[in-house]
Formats: sequence, structure tokens, C-alpha cells
Amino acid sequence: MKKWMKYVKPYLLYFILGPLCMIIEVIGEVLMPLYLAEVINGAVYGTLTTESSLWAMVKMIGTAIMMMIGGVGGSYFGAKASVNFAADLRADLFRKVQTYSFANIDKFSTGSLVTRLTNDVTQLQNFVNMMLRMMLRSPGMLIGGVIMAIKLSPSLSIVMAVTIPLLLLAITFIIARGMPRFSKMQTKIDTLNSTVQENITNVRVVKSFVREDFETEKFGKANSELKGAGMSAMKNMIFMQPVQTFFMYITTGLVIWFGSQLVINNYDAGITNFSVGELSSFINYVSQILFSLMMVTMMLMISSRALASAKRIREVLDEDIDIKDADGIDTDAKIEGGKIEFRGVAYRYYKNSAEPVLSDINLTIEAGQTVGIIGSTGCGKTTLVSLIPRLYDADEGEILIDGKNVKDYSLYHLREGVGMVLQKNVLFSGTIEDNLRWGNENATDEEMMAAAESAQADKFVKNFTNGYQTELGQGGVNVSGGQKQRLCIARALLKNPKIIILDDSTSAVDTATEAQIRKAFSNELAASTKIIIAQRISSVKDADMIVVMDDGRITGVGTHDSLLSSNTEYQEIYNSQISGKAGA
Amino acid sequence: MARSLETLQKQYHSTHKPGAPQMGGGGPRGGRGGGQRGMGGKPKNMKKTVGRLLRYVGKYKALLFVVLIFMMLNTVASLVGGYMTRPIINQLSEYVGLEVDRETLSSPIYQALDTAIRALKDSAVGFIGGMVGDGFNEKATAVMFYIAATIMILVCIYAFTILTNYLQARVMVTISQNSIEKIRNDLFTKLQKLPVRFFDTHPTGEVMSRFTNDVDNIDVMLNNSLTSIVSGVISLVGTFVFMVTTNIWLTLITVVFVPFFAIGGAKIAGASRKYYSGQQAALGAANGYVEETVTGQKVVKVFNHESTCCEEFETLNEDLRDKQMKAQFYGGIMGPIMHNTSMISYSVTIGVGGILMVMGRLDPGALQLFAQYSKQFSMPINNISQQTAAIFSALAGAERVFAVMDEAPETPDGEGAIDMPDMKGDVVFENVTFGYNPDKVILKNLTLYAHPGQKIAFVGSTGAGKTTVTNLLSRFYDIESGTITIDGVNIKDIKRDSLRSNIAMVLQDTHLFTGTVMENIRYGRPDATDDEVVQAAKTASAHSFIMRLENGYDTMLEGDGANLSQGQRQLLNIARAALSKAPILVLDEATSSVDTRTERHIEHGMDRLMATRTTFVIAHRLSTVRNSNAIMVLEQGEIIERGTHEQLLEMKGRYYELYTGKRELD
Repeated sequence: MKKWMKYVKPYLLYFILGPLCMIIEVIGEVLMPLYLAEVINGAVYGTLTTESSLWAMVKMIGTAIMMMIGGVGGSYFGAKASVNFAADLRADLFRKVQTYSFANIDKFSTGSLVTRLTNDVTQLQNFVNMMLRMMLRSPGMLIGGVIMAIKLSPSLSIVMAVTIPLLLLAITFIIARGMPRFSKMQTKIDTLNSTVQENITNVRVVKSFVREDFETEKFGKANSELKGAGMSAMKNMIFMQPVQTFFMYITTGLVIWFGSQLVINNYDAGITNFSVGELSSFINYVSQILFSLMMVTMMLMISSRALASAKRIREVLDEDIDIKDADGIDTDAKIEGGKIEFRGVAYRYYKNSAEPVLSDINLTIEAGQTVGIIGSTGCGKTTLVSLIPRLYDADEGEILIDGKNVKDYSLYHLREGVGMVLQKNVLFSGTIEDNLRWGNENATDEEMMAAAESAQADKFVKNFTNGYQTELGQGGVNVSGGQKQRLCIARALLKNPKIIILDDSTSAVDTATEAQIRKAFSNELAASTKIIIAQRISSVKDADMIVVMDDGRITGVGTHDSLLSSNTEYQEIYNSQISGKAGA
Repeated sequence: MARSLETLQKQYHSTHKPGAPQMGGGGPRGGRGGGQRGMGGKPKNMKKTVGRLLRYVGKYKALLFVVLIFMMLNTVASLVGGYMTRPIINQLSEYVGLEVDRETLSSPIYQALDTAIRALKDSAVGFIGGMVGDGFNEKATAVMFYIAATIMILVCIYAFTILTNYLQARVMVTISQNSIEKIRNDLFTKLQKLPVRFFDTHPTGEVMSRFTNDVDNIDVMLNNSLTSIVSGVISLVGTFVFMVTTNIWLTLITVVFVPFFAIGGAKIAGASRKYYSGQQAALGAANGYVEETVTGQKVVKVFNHESTCCEEFETLNEDLRDKQMKAQFYGGIMGPIMHNTSMISYSVTIGVGGILMVMGRLDPGALQLFAQYSKQFSMPINNISQQTAAIFSALAGAERVFAVMDEAPETPDGEGAIDMPDMKGDVVFENVTFGYNPDKVILKNLTLYAHPGQKIAFVGSTGAGKTTVTNLLSRFYDIESGTITIDGVNIKDIKRDSLRSNIAMVLQDTHLFTGTVMENIRYGRPDATDDEVVQAAKTASAHSFIMRLENGYDTMLEGDGANLSQGQRQLLNIARAALSKAPILVLDEATSSVDTRTERHIEHGMDRLMATRTTFVIAHRLSTVRNSNAIMVLEQGEIIERGTHEQLLEMKGRYYELYTGKRELD
């Protein structure tokens, strides 16, 4: 709770004024039936005059206007409070996620993070808004109604003391019965949706295997199951209103019955504090109390959902960032050379798993060298290079750049010095230029185009009608896979990094273009250290040094020729790609 | 450099919707992009849409009529129930000394009820006597007898109200759930008949939202809005009738306030709708930004781009804060303003009622009744104005659903279309010309042949038309000129189902279905034995990784096989095709994510399969196509070179340039 205060405090005034305004409305609501009683009693006792009627009317209109002002004010302050609360929270969440390390991101998965930053915040915001406006209103009307009822007649209030617990019991029963039905319905909805989704994305498969009838039947089954689940949920829910009405009527009936007796007995005894007017207002209070009670139970239901969202948001905010700048490091240290050393490095993806992803890695890469890394899928190539810009931290051993532990650089300068093109390439909405300038926002147009040229992207970009100003859709949907990879490389090149890492980033680019990119690399980035992870032998053949990996270990280091003669693994890969003339 | 709010809004406003067009090479990219989804939108042809919706519900005409009857009974019963307080209050008032002028009680409803109460009182003396007991004086006992009889009637009316309320809801559930099920089924069945072109031009998310948002809105309308509007109107009319018969002057007061409600309500609703859509746009932009940035979070980190992202998000967030404030405020004041306007009407009613009582023109019971009615009168007005928005968006949704149902299906098989159970697979393309859009030709005068046992490969840039060739072969699209024949029969004269079951395809972005590995492989041939499935998996080099899965072949694949790598998914797809007995095999970038060593293994396995089949191969990797019988180099829709690997190398043309790395492919 204390942690949430951070978002409440700046708007504390609104958080207080909102409910206060609502109290005005509540007070009016509680007073209204009294005025009615006054008029009716006046008529019954013959004390009512035109003036007193008018006076009652003026008082009531005045109260109604006060209530309106209270209601509008409550809405105003409520909106101010909840909107500001949510906006600050959203901004904080976003900033927090920006500090996340790769491990933090992996832990939540991006999809779940997105939901927490969007849906969950909205849920919580709606909840806060509702609370500010209802928190005092419904319970206030409930309590106010009860107080007035007891004040009017304590003995008559006993009726409600009996019926209200019964009503609560009934509602609880219906809700408890409904919950599993609703969650079952939700599951059926998910099944139905994924059936449709799969069918649409797989339309060519369905059609080519002529399975339309099968799919229709599958859907029909999912659909009728959903109908069944929906029916069962609805059949339960439709009891809600009749049950509420039932208790409302029972209470009203009992109040009329015992109230009438009270009026008669009071009159006979000459007591004037509970007469026809009071009975009439008592009936009004009964409906007010029961209605507020319903609202309160509804609020509790919504609250439980919002609390789940709040918890999920809290998890994001409370997450410990596992990679950050250590205290006392030299924040000005920059990468000047580009020599990389791995000393006895080991890494586990899950800290308690027995099988390490990387073990016993010892490797030295001199500044300016071109290094190829090759090996089968899942052998730890990506993990190995991820340790260089500290996307993950090694569990054992150390990594040094220019003789200095990577942990002794600030993350900012470390990552400025290391350009990396990830296997999972992402471009962002915006123009091509916007995207390229991620590498260096102060680059001149010439520098930008030069980087694009080196990545063999300049030509196709210029072929677009709008050239570098072409808008890319989300995730770069309007360029082909190969074009996307080349733009990503250009983006990294613009950084002009001392160390550049390409993680299988040319898989969709054909061999010839790839060769040109490699050529541009050795010309333009002669001084930089270049690390290339690839599947094709041709991609790494000319490297100064080739690292062969298998199962988290380095099994061979050497040049193409030396490995070809000494490393069986390398030979196998080579053969699978080169021999084949005999195959035809 | 952080972008400005305007730019950000422009770029992110429409991006926050799932599903992007997914296309193989050469297809129409993008299509219509801006299909706005979600609530809102006004139906264009309301009458027609309502008519069609009614046809779904119309099957339950009798039930609907029952619902209407229940609704009316329910409304009348609760009005009468409320009315019963009048005689009670009057009886008590008279007991405590007020003279009620009989004139004021001349209303027929009052008279009828009064007669009924008195009749019951006289006929059930024994029972009522037990209720009342003998603790009262004579005069009081008479009053209590009257009240007891009233309460007995009241109990009956109440029970009736509750019963009709429940029954009406119960019947409506049956109607709405069955109608919705039918709509969904019809929509899906129609979807199965639509041509591939439809799916290529409509993003998945857009089609999905027909099933989710639009159908849900219709559901809400049938379940809530419709009934609350109809019952609202009934109770409005009913309340009015009861009011008029009770007191004309007080009725006039209530009626005078109606325009205030109507106009005030419409004004506020209009303003709040305007601000609401502003808020939705801002929210869409902010959420779209979050979605994209967080999805690409790793790239953000690698580029030290965090602070710019924060800055840009801040811009969007501030805009959202501003818009949301207005929307929430206007949305929030509707309730209090309407409610308290009705309170003012209530106040005036009671004030004037008091004066009328002073003049002896009104009884206290009637005043209590009017206090109740003036509250009741404003409720349905509020309700109706709130529900119309829901109804409009449901109708707009229904219209979109019907639009899909009205899409042209795949052209039906011709009159003399034949089945070809024993197809051999002799494929001939003759002068085939085709374009996805009439103004853009993709394939020009393509001519080629392929015999059983042959492997034909296509090489070329993205957009050269490689995938198009296979789209045409399986009649996902129909050609404009030229002919395609199999075993000498024009494919237009073969039944579409028969044609397709003779072609096994492995596609580039193939996804998996929820189900076990076994079920997924068996998808193409449901009658295959388990052994055959395992054999097919072995052919595709998928067996060993499947055995390493948690439950082997019985492992459930969910969410498109999220726990498999792209390469493994491709292997399963190959296994699926290997299981098929189709004489024609199409491999479209089937092994693009499989490493070269595994690809070699697959090739060995597939060789036996391909020996008797006609195989078409599309691949980026030249090593994949090298051992084909014929390689076609496509450029801009034309075959510019053809021959075997060796022949093409000798030709020293485009293929040679590609192979030796002198030229690039896009």
C-alpha cells in the first residue's frame, strides 16, 4: 500500500476532494425521504399549509442542486485523481521496463509485459476512478440509510437485520456458483478464438489438404461447447435480479405490516414519533439500503479483479534489475581498442539447472580481427556473444575488453562501443531514416547513406518512392526479410562501433549480397573487431579466425583451412553445404 | 532524437491492432490497411441489417412473443405492486385522523383495487383474523384487516413479478445463445468457402475481430440492450397511464421535465462521445507504442535507446493524460446531472403535491405513489439513451459480420467437373498470364511442363512470381489467360477438392494446429496408421526430436507450437506432406530454417518419395535446388533461364552469376 502512495501523494487534494464531494451527494440522498415524510405528516396531522409545502419544495430543490454540484465535483476530482494516478504509474512502469536486463525481460516475456503496461493499468485506473466515486457513496448511503432507519424506528429495523444477512448469503451463493462457470466459459471462448485464428492463418493448409469440412465440424463443436458453457453461466446469473427483488419485496412487505401496526399502536398510545410519514420514508430507506448493498457487493467483485491487476503491476515495478552499473566504476571509460578476452567463462540460463549453456570458454580475439562462429542450433553461439555487451552476465569467469572487465565499464559506454545485430531483428514504426538513426541520431545524411550502402541497403531504399522517408509499418511489415536484415545491419553500422557482432543476421540475404556486405565490412570497419555468427560456411570462410562450437563448448579454433583438416565437426558442416553435385 | 507528438500519433494511431498481412513472396502485400476495429461506427444500412438479424432471431418467434408477454405482465405487476402502498397509506392516514376526500380516490384503478381488497378481506376472515390477532381495538382491527388483505394481494403480485422476471430472462438466454451460435457457425462456414484472396487482403486480426468484438456486441444487444429498451418503453407507457389516472396535475409536472432529460442527456452524451473517441485514439497510440517498444526491448537496449523511448512515451502519455481527463469528466457527470434533474422533478412534485393536499385535492397515498413514479419515470429514459449507443455499435458489428457472409465464395465447380482419384501428376503450364491486381501482371506467358518423378525448381528474387506458380496450380487463384493441365485435363475442369487432395504442399510460413504432434502430422490423411505417421516423421528427419519431446508423439502443441523452433516446425510440416499420397509435391521454402546438415538428411529421406512424384521446389538457398531435373530462373514474371544445374552454369547467365556470387537476389 505504501508503495502506491507515491502515485497518490501529488494528487492528494483530488483524492480527498473527490470523495468529499460524493459525501455531499450522499447526505442529500439520505435527507430526501425526510422531506417527503414532513409533507405527508403535515397533511395527515392537518398542519400542512401552502407555505410549508413551498418551503419543503425549496429545501428539496436546494438539496438536489447541492447534490448535483457534489456529483459533478466528485466526477471532476475523481477524473483528475485517477487519470493522473494512472498516467504517472504508466510512465513509471515504462521507465522501469527500460531499465530491465535481458534476463528480466525473458522472465516476464514481452507479451505479458505489454499486457501489464496496457490492460492492467487501465483496469487499475478504472478501479481507482470507481472507488473515488463509489467508495463513500454506496457504503455511505448504506450506513446513512441504516442510521436513519434506526432513528425512525429501532424495532422496525430488526426486520432488515434478519433479511439483509439472508440476501448477502444468497448473493454470495450465486456468485460462488457463477465463478467457475464464468471461468469455464472463458476457456471455451479462448478455444473458439484459437480455432478461428489457426484456421485463418493456416487457410492454405486447410484448403490444400481439403479439410474445410473437418474444420467446420471442429469449430461447430467448439461453438456448441461455448454455447453450453455460456448458457450455464447465464442461467446462474439470471437468478441475481429475481433474488434481489425477492428480498426487497419481502423486506418491504414486512415493514408495511409491522410498520402499520406501529403507526396504529403509536397513535393509540398518543406517541407521535412514528406515523404515516415516517412509515413512508422508512419504505424509501429500505430500498435505498438494499440497493446500496447490491452496489457494495458489485464493488467488491470488481475490486478483486483490479487487485489482481495491481499485483501484476507491482511485480513489474518491484523486479530487481540484475544487470546495472556497479558503484565506483569509472563512468568515463570508453572502449578504445576492441580486444576481447573470455577467461574460464561459464553461463547457466536457469541458475539451478545442472546443464550449463556455456562452460569452460577461453578465447582471445585481437582488436580489428574478423571472427566467425559456427555450430549447430542451440550450441550457445548467441549466448556467448551476448555476454560481451552484458546482455547477460557470466556466472563464472570474466570477460575483458581491452584488458578491462566489462563490468568496469558503464553500461552506456559499453553498449555504445559494441554494435550488435540480433538474430531476432526488429524495426520500429517510423521512417527508414528514423530507424537508421537509432545508431547515431547526430549522423549526417551522408554518413547514414554510407552505412546503408555498406549494408547493401542503399540501392533498394532509393528504389522506394519515398526513399529514406518511407514509412515502415509496425515491425517493418512492408519490407522483405532480407531487406529488413540489411536495414538492421545498417543501423548497427551507423553506430561506428569498435566491436560489431552479427548474430545470424544475413540468413535471408543471398550469398552474393552477403559477400558484398562482408567486403564492405573489411573496408569500412577495418579497425573494428568483427564477430559473425553464421550457418553458412561461405559466411565465415575468409575470417581471420573461426570458432567451432558444440554443446556449449568451443571444440575448435583456427582458420578455414586448418579446421578443415583437423576438426571433424567443421568438416561435416562443410560437406553438407559443398558436396552435392552427386545428388542429382 | 525524440519524435514530436504529431508524428508519433500519426505513426502509432492505427498500428495498435493485431495481425498484419502475411504473405508469401509475390502476393499482394498489405491490401487494405486501415480496417478500424472495435466499438463504434454507425451502421450504413440499418433497415437491412436489422432485417437480417431478425431472421436469426425470427426462428424463435413464438418464444419472442412469450418474452414480450412476460415483460408486459412483469411491468404491469410491478406497477400495481407499487400502487398498493396508496390504499395502505390512506387507511393509516384516516386512522390517525385525516379526512380523505372520496373525490380524489375516484380513479378506476384505485376503485378496482379497493374493491378487490375489500372482497378478499371479507372472504378470508379466518386467515386474516389469525394474522391480525386480537391485540387491537375495533377500529384498528378493521384497518389491520384491510392492510392484511392488501399485503396478501401484494405477496401474490410480488411472486408473479419475480416469476415473470425470471422466466423472461430465462427464455431470452435460450433465444440469444442459440442465435449467436447460429451466427458464429454461419460466419465460420462461410469463411471456409472464401477464396485465399480474401485472407491475403484482410489482416488476420481484422477477420478475428468479426468473431470476437462484433459477435460479442450482438450478443450484448440481444441479452441486455434489447430487453431493457423494450421493457423501458413498456414501463414508461405503463407508468404514464398510472400517473394520469391518479392525478393529472402532478403528471404534467413530471412530463414537463422530460425534455430536460432528453435534451440534457443528448448534449452530455454527445460531448462525452467526442472526448471518448479522442481518448481512445490517444490510448491506442500509447498502447501501440508500448507494444512495439517492449516487443523490441532487446534492440532498444543494444542501441542505448532507452532515454529516447522514455521521452517519446512521455509525450504520448501526457497527451493521453490530457484527453483522458476530459473524457472521464464528461463521462462521469452524466449520472449525477441526470439523477439530480430527476430529483428536482421529484421535489417539485412533492411541493405541488403538498399544496394539492392542502386544497384537499390529493390523498397522502397518492403523494407517496407519485414520489415513487417520478423516480421511476426518469429511469427508463436514462436507460434507453444509454442503450442506444450499445445498439448502434452492435448493428455496426452485425453489418460487418454480414459483409463477410456476403463475400463472393470460391467459384463453384463447373458443370462437368470431374474427380481424378488416380492422378499421375503430369503438369503442363501453357502461356499462363496472371496478376493479383488486373493492372499488375505477375506472371507473363509462362510455359513449363513437369513429369512424374521430376523435380522442378524455381529461383528468383522476391516478387518474381515463384510462389504465384504454386498458388495457381492449386487454384488458390484462378488464371486469366493460358491453361494449366494435369494429365491432360484442364485444372478448371477438375473438382477443386479432388485437385487439391492430389497436391501436397509445404509452405514457408506454415503454422501448426492445437493438438498432439501425431494429430498435426496426420492432418492431411486422417486415416493413416500410427506406424505410417512415424514413418513419415522419420522421412522428414523429425522423428528424433519428436522422441525427445515430453510425451513424444502425444505431446500437445499449443499456441502454434510455441515450444518448438522454427526449424522443428518446418520438419513437422514436411512430415505432414510426406504422409500424404498425393502425386504432386510442392515445397515452398520448406527448409529455410533448417540447418544444412539436417536438410541433407531430409533430402535423402525424400528422394524415395520424390521418385514417383512430381515435385516443385522453391528455395532461396541454391544448394537446396541444385539436384533438380530442371531449374527455372524467374525474373519479373518470366522464365529467363531453364535447365539443370550444370547446364545453367555452363550457360554463364543469371544462374551462374547468382551461384558465383556476382549478382544478388532480393
